[in-house]
Amino acid sequence: MTRPIDFLDLWVYLSGEPLLWLSVTVCAYAAADRISAATGRNPFANPVVIAVAFIALVLLGTGTGYRTYFEGAQFVHFLLGPATVALAVPLVRNLAAVRRMVAPMLLALLAGSITAVVSAVGIAALLGAPQPILAALAPKSVTTAIAMAISSQLGGEPSLTAVVVIATGVLGAVIVTPFFNALGVTSREARGFAVGLAAHGIGTARAFQVSETAGLFAGLAMALNAVLTALIVPVVLRLLSP
Amino acid sequence: MVPAFAILLLCQLVGEGIVHVSRIPVPGPVIGLVVLAVGLGWWTRRGGQKASLGETPLGRAAKGLLGHLSLLFVPAAVGIVQQGGVLAANGVAILVALAVSTVLALGVTAAVFVWAARRFVRDPAA
Repeated sequence: MTRPIDFLDLWVYLSGEPLLWLSVTVCAYAAADRISAATGRNPFANPVVIAVAFIALVLLGTGTGYRTYFEGAQFVHFLLGPATVALAVPLVRNLAAVRRMVAPMLLALLAGSITAVVSAVGIAALLGAPQPILAALAPKSVTTAIAMAISSQLGGEPSLTAVVVIATGVLGAVIVTPFFNALGVTSREARGFAVGLAAHGIGTARAFQVSETAGLFAGLAMALNAVLTALIVPVVLRLLSP
Repeated sequence: MVPAFAILLLCQLVGEGIVHVSRIPVPGPVIGLVVLAVGLGWWTRRGGQKASLGETPLGRAAKGLLGHLSLLFVPAAVGIVQQGGVLAANGVAILVALAVSTVLALGVTAAVFVWAARRFVRDPAA
């Protein structure tokens, strides 16, 4: 006689295991990537957005907390470090192209980094947002972990910072292609550098979808802006705070 | 594949160590990027072919990771499920600031880049 499978017991067991949420993350992304590819990499079919929407529905539907989810998903999250190191490979392969563009890169970095911080803090201050919100918005163009460190030093809420950073990355990645097509900016280097600076890793991921050159310049902008923003934010917040 | 991944992890480890000891305000993986770039520069001077770097195990591992960079952001991005209420109080100010600022940052960065490339780089289209 076979025992019927107790699905509730099976679920209770699996949902506490990291493997389940790791699998959900990778499967959701695999599906999202196919959808993105099926639309011809349409910027509005951003794989991060599709995967997050799907996973969020699963978490809400099953009443699973983010902490439990992240215990499994952290193995994917961890690879961000090695991926940053891996940028050295396209950098060395394209060293001649990067060397030629050192002056444009540094000037664009300075102008873009100041624009990103001042405009975000300035607009929110004009609309009456209080200091903790301003501190969360200031590092919005920097990759999540670093932005959280910057804003928490200045009284910003780390979890709000994370949301603002992700929203900025998704927005930048979605609008970059139509925006620059409309403006007539054709240089892969300029487009990549701008999206890496304004929209950090999610923008860089989008740039790598388009071309290796754009992805390389985006990755460099992301790394350089992380450093410069850490230096700029304290100064701007002191000047613009109500 | 395994040696390539070991190289990436070791560079990151060295980077984190340098940051911890020197207290420079730069993320560890960014220093790891510099360490690997210096190492690869040494490798090309010793006769390694830059053109074939993409075909080495390290090149393929890098391509694999960077080609699916989007996947690596998914776990952090799912954190948005925790924040349902946070945006409610100052949602309009945050959304307007974020949208306008992102468009401005994109536009200013690209404009300065294109201008400086014309001004300072000989034959920028080459």
